[in-house]
Amino acid sequence: MAAAAKGGAARSSPPAGGRRAGTRRAVAGLFLLPALVLLGALVLYPIGYSVHRSFFDRSGAFAGVGNYVVIFTDDTVLTAVRNNAVWVVLAPTAATALGLVFAVLTERVRWATAFKLVVFMPMAVSMLAAGIIFRLVYEQDPERGVANAVAVGVHDVFHEAGGFPRARPLPEHPLRDGGEGAFVTREPVAAGAAVLLPLVGVAPADLPSGARPARVPRAPEEGVGGTAWLDFTRGGGGAPNVVDPGERGLEGLVVQAVRDGSVVAETRAAADGSFTLPPAAEGAVLRLPAENFREPYNGVSWLGPALVTPAIIGSYVWMWAGFAMVLIAAGLAGVPRELMEAARVDGASEWQVFRRITVPLLAPVLAVVLVTLTINVLKIFDLVFVIAPGSSQDDANVLALQLYRSSFGTDADPGLGSAIAVLLLVLVLPVMVANIRRIRREASR
Amino acid sequence: MSAPTAPSGRAAEGGAARARADRRSGPASARPSAAARAAARVGGGAVRVFLVLTALFWLTPTVGLLLSSLRAPGDIAASGWWRVLTAPAQLTGENYARLLENEAVTRSLLSTAMITVPSTVLLVVVGALAGYAFAWMDFPGRDALFLVVVGLLVVPVQVALLPVSELFGVVGLFETTLGVVLFHVAFGLPFAVFLLRNFFAQIPRELLEAARLDGAGEVRLFTRVVLPLGGPAIASLAIFQFLWVWNDMLVALVFADPGGAPITVVLQQQVRQFGNNVDVLAPGAFVSMLVPLAVFFAFQRQFVSGVMAGAVK
Repeated sequence: MAAAAKGGAARSSPPAGGRRAGTRRAVAGLFLLPALVLLGALVLYPIGYSVHRSFFDRSGAFAGVGNYVVIFTDDTVLTAVRNNAVWVVLAPTAATALGLVFAVLTERVRWATAFKLVVFMPMAVSMLAAGIIFRLVYEQDPERGVANAVAVGVHDVFHEAGGFPRARPLPEHPLRDGGEGAFVTREPVAAGAAVLLPLVGVAPADLPSGARPARVPRAPEEGVGGTAWLDFTRGGGGAPNVVDPGERGLEGLVVQAVRDGSVVAETRAAADGSFTLPPAAEGAVLRLPAENFREPYNGVSWLGPALVTPAIIGSYVWMWAGFAMVLIAAGLAGVPRELMEAARVDGASEWQVFRRITVPLLAPVLAVVLVTLTINVLKIFDLVFVIAPGSSQDDANVLALQLYRSSFGTDADPGLGSAIAVLLLVLVLPVMVANIRRIRREASR
Repeated sequence: MSAPTAPSGRAAEGGAARARADRRSGPASARPSAAARAAARVGGGAVRVFLVLTALFWLTPTVGLLLSSLRAPGDIAASGWWRVLTAPAQLTGENYARLLENEAVTRSLLSTAMITVPSTVLLVVVGALAGYAFAWMDFPGRDALFLVVVGLLVVPVQVALLPVSELFGVVGLFETTLGVVLFHVAFGLPFAVFLLRNFFAQIPRELLEAARLDGAGEVRLFTRVVLPLGGPAIASLAIFQFLWVWNDMLVALVFADPGGAPITVVLQQQVRQFGNNVDVLAPGAFVSMLVPLAVFFAFQRQFVSGVMAGAVK
């Protein structure tokens, strides 16, 4: 704060007369009274109450440090402690690091204000609204949640989705189980053979839109040929392992020729299910690899037990990176330019200037930002309460949430709730002391 | 709100970059080599692209909420909000129309205002009185008391939830709007007193002395001199507290009467059924964001200085 306490200089002169001093004190008391009553009753008294209550159990019997032992032994509460630790390590650092990068990069961009507005805006929004926003982002169904829509899109660029999950051969068929979800022909295929690869278990509606009626295989002039098709006639009547009219090809099915365990040729079935393999495939076994039958990739389970905490931390960073950015940008404005320019003239790269000059000069600001965010993160509640679905709320548990549940839930344990409250207070104690010291120093200056 | 990078500063930087380019390209050339200029342009271009992509990334979640709120329930269930980008015909205001007919929601918006406005006004008044006393009045133990207030800056509200709910139960304030307001004022006070005392302490002493010589009492001094001069700090405080209380969910969840619950609590109850009620949640969340966003955009400067002053809160 620019208006640093100048208490020492700003004191009114000592009162002259005794009576006037008395009146002045009374007036001062009246001015202070509302604030002191509210602070005393609603902030100070609760601290004392919590400390006291934390030594008694659920029913009010003395429990010593029992409640504190529970914090560090009970599985549910311990998860909260652990998650809070993850929060405190990850969230402030991530938000500060991003804020630093944004503040430095926007320094020389003309539309910096617009950018800062965009990144800072989430701070004005309630954690509840942010929670709803990210519930939408993290929705599991890739058709609805944007995070998984992106995840699936990226995934499918690198791993094409298997076209035929749950497809399988008939009970009587020329294929056998090749292990790990693949199917192989029982016999090696001879040159000029026309191989039948009938599968069932694909809903006709799930066939590729280009699939055409399967073609009865003809022996190719050289190499190996055949047809892979959906051996199922709608309405019944088809014969097993025979290409009946109306049965359609399994367009895109991958067919490999395998000899001595290694793939010697590979192709995909055409729209009518036909495929041809080069002469190298002669005498090899044909395999339909497992990738044909893989379940389609359904995205990441963001709000499942494993990722729920990092996912919620992501939403927190979205909210608070702007805060870090604005404070750091203000600090950056006060950094002497000459130092950086001198370093640049001396041939320092931008990275060196950033690493060796900008960051050290910003250290005090970075410390304030980190401390502020850490205090803020210690008592994180709303985001977890709103984003974590009921099924993973235990996995996402944090101290403030556990405190709320212990204090007001159906199986409330006010002793435990109070102990958690005291723990939170103890965790912010160092900052409290530092604040008091700073003000004292400034006042005595 | 942005860091004031003066045009002159930018020009100086450009000069430095040019000087550096000169060095690399040798003393013979007075102007930067074409290669150096191209490299700088590519570097700057990369930064720009990165920033544009980041801004889009940052906007996406909010845009998703907005577009979701403007789609019919059937469309929301069938596909993601981005489909509307290619099918703008899907956009409809019917969710909002239905939301405004939903009495629970309209009542909660009113409750939010009924909690937020008094909390803000009361905090400013009580905080300014105390801030003035700490800055300009003499009484024993003043400095020690001020340090206690500073110490309370970082006390988490969670510490007080259970004790105060029992206390409110005793005095009949539990599940009342007044209880919620008093709690918000109490927890806003350390910051308010800290901010205002520091600001008031900078008022020139001569101004106050002159008013005293004119026979003004402390009350007159406070209302006629200190409050008007404290305008900027009071504005920051008011905006900060307004947004804080408007956006609060936890305090209201504990202390508010179910009939007088603010919008955050009402929507939170809907979240438990998340899935088929996006047509209520999305517009509800957006409506709840409108006032804070309007305040934010209208009073950016005061908001930022409030945030900066409260950095260690």
